Amino acid sequence: MLLKRVVITGMGAISPFGRGVESLMAGLLEARSGVVQVPALAEIVGMRTRVAALATGVDPMEIPRKNRRSMSNMSVYATLACQDAARMAGVGEAELGSGRLGVSIGSTTGSPQTMQEFFRDFNTDNSLERMKSTLFFHIMNHSCAANVAQVLGVTGRILAPAAACSTSCQAVGYAAEMIATGRQDFMLCGGADEFHPLTSGTFDIMNAASKAFNDSPSSTPRPFDRDRDGIVCGEGSGILLLEALDSALARGADILCEVTGFATNSDPGSIANPNAASIANCMRQALADAGLQPEEVDYCNAHATATEQGDIAECEAIGQVFGAQTPVSSLKGHLGHAMAASGTLELAACVEMIRQELLIPTLNLEHVDPRCAGVSHVQGIVKRPVEVVLKNNFALGGVNSSIILRRYK
Amino acid sequence: MTDQQIVEQINRSLAEEFEFDLEEMTPETTLFQDMGLDSLDVVDLVIVLETSFGMKIREEEAIRKIVTLGDIHNFVIAKKRQTENA
Repeated sequence: MLLKRVVITGMGAISPFGRGVESLMAGLLEARSGVVQVPALAEIVGMRTRVAALATGVDPMEIPRKNRRSMSNMSVYATLACQDAARMAGVGEAELGSGRLGVSIGSTTGSPQTMQEFFRDFNTDNSLERMKSTLFFHIMNHSCAANVAQVLGVTGRILAPAAACSTSCQAVGYAAEMIATGRQDFMLCGGADEFHPLTSGTFDIMNAASKAFNDSPSSTPRPFDRDRDGIVCGEGSGILLLEALDSALARGADILCEVTGFATNSDPGSIANPNAASIANCMRQALADAGLQPEEVDYCNAHATATEQGDIAECEAIGQVFGAQTPVSSLKGHLGHAMAASGTLELAACVEMIRQELLIPTLNLEHVDPRCAGVSHVQGIVKRPVEVVLKNNFALGGVNSSIILRRYK
Repeated sequence: MTDQQIVEQINRSLAEEFEFDLEEMTPETTLFQDMGLDSLDVVDLVIVLETSFGMKIREEEAIRKIVTLGDIHNFVIAKKRQTENA
């Protein structure tokens, strides 16, 4: 239970649709796909997937060299998204440097690209003599959070949760709890990741990456569809600026939405395969945290990455908790799977669904897999009031997470 | 390499690494005050010079006395000549 009310007053997004939440929503509402062919993947022995959802609209040169030298792409994405979120919220130097504003931003790993470049050079002659002074700042696990704090002048708490695909959902949840308990008044929170073949390869070797649509990239991934064949990896950053309600009211800030519930749990049954009972338990805990009954939820934004096991387990869990009536969709069909960034990119879209009173369908869902049929799939834009949204994220490693958003009133 | 070629190669390497404007780089330019370098940059400056000229200078005492771009030019030129005459 959140002791103090926590609201969202700013958002930032770096996605395949470009920079900003407006660009993100335009792509989603126009039913565009952010997935493209990546020719470099064809050069890798054993790589069968050839598609990815790459971030666009980013100019790293906006960030001064002194800050940029310690960043890989993931920190660039996180920094630009945080600057946008702070601007949207009307939060400036005074709040950023007050000690009452913290950062909770994670990524799946430190920069895989920088790691690759380092070891490629290191392995030529076992020498450290060419190692740049800023290498460590790219590969440390809290690279995004630390770089964001450096650029924005943040003097409050720094947290860098890492739970792969659950990362940013956890980052928001833990940030909300810090505000709810009065430790911070503001938290810039979310996740970021940069595309690297290692990510696609990880899913490819587990037969969980899409490979049947390499020549028609916009047709994949296909969450819940009978013809789905796996994940399409992506990149970007999603950032929410959470704020204590009393702080937002005192500032006269524009309140976008409220965070009312959070839960995360561990599924020790398997490090790779999701389990419906554990997912259902996570969602029930989030509902209890928000003090809500399942029938009070207007929409469930699914994790659904278009894998065989994940989609079925999540549908089974949603069916157990909500029955067959609550609308469900996944945004992975548009955005691919941005890993640590996926949770907050999708939460930003959920905030806009509440504000714009509509539901966005699952792109590429044409024929519902009978094993995913136990829930109410959104297959076209639905215009209707949306008061409460439950958003799921699940991660390799057996980490489930759910966040509940509610229209502020 | 002539002295002029060495100077041009140093300037090109540093301009690329630290995003300097070549036209603003004169021998009198100071590394810390004018170019805004800091202690991390100096570590990388040594690596850039070592890589560009294929020599080891990290442990050289003279490197710690460098203040201006001209000092770098003179240091590298002297080092190159020393190597050629060895």
